[in-house]
Amino acid sequence: MKRWTLWVPLALFALFCAFAGWQLSRPKDEFVESTMIGKALPEFDLRAATADRPALATRDFLDGKPRLLNVFASWCVPCAAEAPQLEALRRRGVDIVAVAIRDRPDDVAAFLARYGNPYSRIGADDLSEVQLEIGSSGVPETFVIDGKGIIRYQHIGDIRPGDVSMLLTKLEDVR
Amino acid sequence: MIAELGLAALWLAAALAALQLVAGILAQRDSGASLAMLARPAAIMQGLLAAFAFLMLLVVFAQTDLSVKLVAMNSHSEKPLIFKLAGAFGNHEGSMLLWITIMALSGALIAALERRLPEKTMLATMAAQAFVGLGFYAFLLFSSNPFERLPQPAPEGMGLNPLLQDIGLVFHPPTLYVGYVGLSVAFSFAVGALLTRQVTPDFARAMRPWVLGAWIFLTLGITAGSYWAYYELGWGGWWFWDPVENASLMPWLAATALLHSASVLAARDALRAWTIMLGVIAFSMSMVGTFLVRSGILTSVHAFAVDPERGTFILVLLTIYIGGALLLFGLRAGTVSEGERFSVASREAALVFNNVMLSAILGVVLLGTLYPLVTEAFNVRVSVGPPYFNPVGALFVFPMILVMMVGPLLRWRRDTISRLAKPLALVAAAMAVGLLLIAVLSPVGILPLLGLVLSLGLAIASLMPLRGRKLRLLPIATWGMIMAHFGIAVALFGMASESAFSQEKLAAVKVGESASVGPWTVVLADVVPTAGPNWTALEGRLLVSYKGGTAKEIDPQSRNFWAPPQETTESALVTRWNGQLYAVVGREAGPGRWQLRLWWKPFVPFIWYGGVLVALGGVLALIGRVAADLKRRNVKSRSALRRTEKAA
Repeated sequence: MKRWTLWVPLALFALFCAFAGWQLSRPKDEFVESTMIGKALPEFDLRAATADRPALATRDFLDGKPRLLNVFASWCVPCAAEAPQLEALRRRGVDIVAVAIRDRPDDVAAFLARYGNPYSRIGADDLSEVQLEIGSSGVPETFVIDGKGIIRYQHIGDIRPGDVSMLLTKLEDVR
Repeated sequence: MIAELGLAALWLAAALAALQLVAGILAQRDSGASLAMLARPAAIMQGLLAAFAFLMLLVVFAQTDLSVKLVAMNSHSEKPLIFKLAGAFGNHEGSMLLWITIMALSGALIAALERRLPEKTMLATMAAQAFVGLGFYAFLLFSSNPFERLPQPAPEGMGLNPLLQDIGLVFHPPTLYVGYVGLSVAFSFAVGALLTRQVTPDFARAMRPWVLGAWIFLTLGITAGSYWAYYELGWGGWWFWDPVENASLMPWLAATALLHSASVLAARDALRAWTIMLGVIAFSMSMVGTFLVRSGILTSVHAFAVDPERGTFILVLLTIYIGGALLLFGLRAGTVSEGERFSVASREAALVFNNVMLSAILGVVLLGTLYPLVTEAFNVRVSVGPPYFNPVGALFVFPMILVMMVGPLLRWRRDTISRLAKPLALVAAAMAVGLLLIAVLSPVGILPLLGLVLSLGLAIASLMPLRGRKLRLLPIATWGMIMAHFGIAVALFGMASESAFSQEKLAAVKVGESASVGPWTVVLADVVPTAGPNWTALEGRLLVSYKGGTAKEIDPQSRNFWAPPQETTESALVTRWNGQLYAVVGREAGPGRWQLRLWWKPFVPFIWYGGVLVALGGVLALIGRVAADLKRRNVKSRSALRRTEKAA
């Protein structure tokens, strides 16, 4: 065997590592983005999901103030995981409204009592109708809605601590 | 408390791995010789601690402790106990813990049992095993802690993917993992031998049983995985060339080549550098496979842990371990002489040919798996499937099978083909008759035709080594080889037959109506709702009869799981000696009509019978090798005893 052939495996492997590293460093958009971004919220008028917060309708978004619309459910574990981040956003003065998906009032109340209640309004979406109309495919998801009721940004999955400042910037951008 | 115990055990095990590494390195010099005594106990203790940590994970899953994040994300209180336990490794963190546990346990086993190698080589081997282990401990502890607690316990778990709630999952991943990770021992042996320049027949003999053990599990794991995909996914196929399947096939191919080249090294002191290379490659393929699946750079139906951050971590580990081993190989292999020479017609030459073919198949599979990754660089999305893998793989499989027929009949070092004229003529005649019969009876594609004929030839040829031998005196390891080669013939027959003769029928039938596929008549007797512990289902009551014989009831289901919500199809099978009827019930197709999907697959179970035979052949070979080793050790110690008596 020639000496140089002994280095062929290492060279091939280096090539593989280079490719794999380059692939990993590329951002991958594997989420299904809502086609509703840039469009107005659909018309809806949901009943209140709990006794101690008002209900939610499209007209509540038209007051000129940007806010977050959080899609959550009491039966969803990542929703509990993002609760501290929502609370942090609320303390920074962000108005957060929510849609509770396929939930019971008692369960929602118990969930909020346990993990905190950062919401100013909570609508109950018993059949995921509003959820589907705004282009959300799971829980939790968070939308940035501008003061005219137009969907500006969609965050899929739970809000991680690193996402808080990103969401604040997005809200600032649409002001 | 239990989770914390597990975590503490993991940290301790990692610390012991560090100790094992340092002791193994320092003991290479005379000044550190006193540290040598630490390495073996450290390895054994490390294995026990890792096993303890894994046991603790099983306990938190059995108790459904929802304050542990992993349990909350992957289990559910209403799941049957066996699936709760299986859920412990049906996720990224748990399966990595299983990985490290097996790795530490195999390290403990070599530390406890292996006494043949020179002590310094053994210390270097244990240091290498600890070095690889440390990387995976770091991965587990810093980025994938399975024992992480939630700030607040979850009210209920999210459940386990219903496809995974199957008895197959309980055994398939651990089996496969023992295979993957068992190969780490071969990797460490290769690195240890390179470091201490001890690439000898003794090294091959010491490594062989470990490779054989891992290879048996890998064979069983792949066979079981293939059967699981066949009956659980409800697609009627048994191999999909999915990246994860390829990830399990590639280490198997490398390990198969390694077994054969280690035989040459053990028997004839040839192929030194090549054997070392394969030792490195086999475990590297396990790690590359894991990386491809976990990092998300390839999309796969199995990808349960897609996370670029983890991908980066594994890539760094790969670069250190595989890159380091290959660098060492480049530096040292040139100083390892190639060893004994042999002629073209010899057992060695046949084994070399087999090795080259296996490596080529490995290359074909690797290229096909990575190709989408490469084209994506140029923004072209492709998926590589059977149209590439089947013919290109066959290009190398078929010549390999031809040489497999001859190889075991050849003598070591030098032989003549003319000596084998008679048996080979017999095999060739059988294949010619088979070819004619099939060509006349039913037209089939060229690949299945060749597959059928070659499987016939190999089945006969694999029994040829029995010719003219006293069966009682034949070594057990030789029986193992015969059985494994015969198993390959059986599996190939199943694959070729499935591809050549399968019949499929898709029908929409009302209750009371019938459909037929091949020799089977299927009557949809009823469709009834039914329920299990965590699912509801529509169950089709099918009355099936073979060639108008007595009817038998089978009940395929379309299941709805509620945690997490997902639909699965549970196929129903009728196995006869000459094939399988495969039935799936689908949705309602119009009022009162139900979709029925039926397959008649002649001889398809032979694929898995063959796989089991191959694994059993491995078991026989392992028993034979270990028994021979023990005998040799006894003889040695007895002669040593005699010598000391004489001296006295």
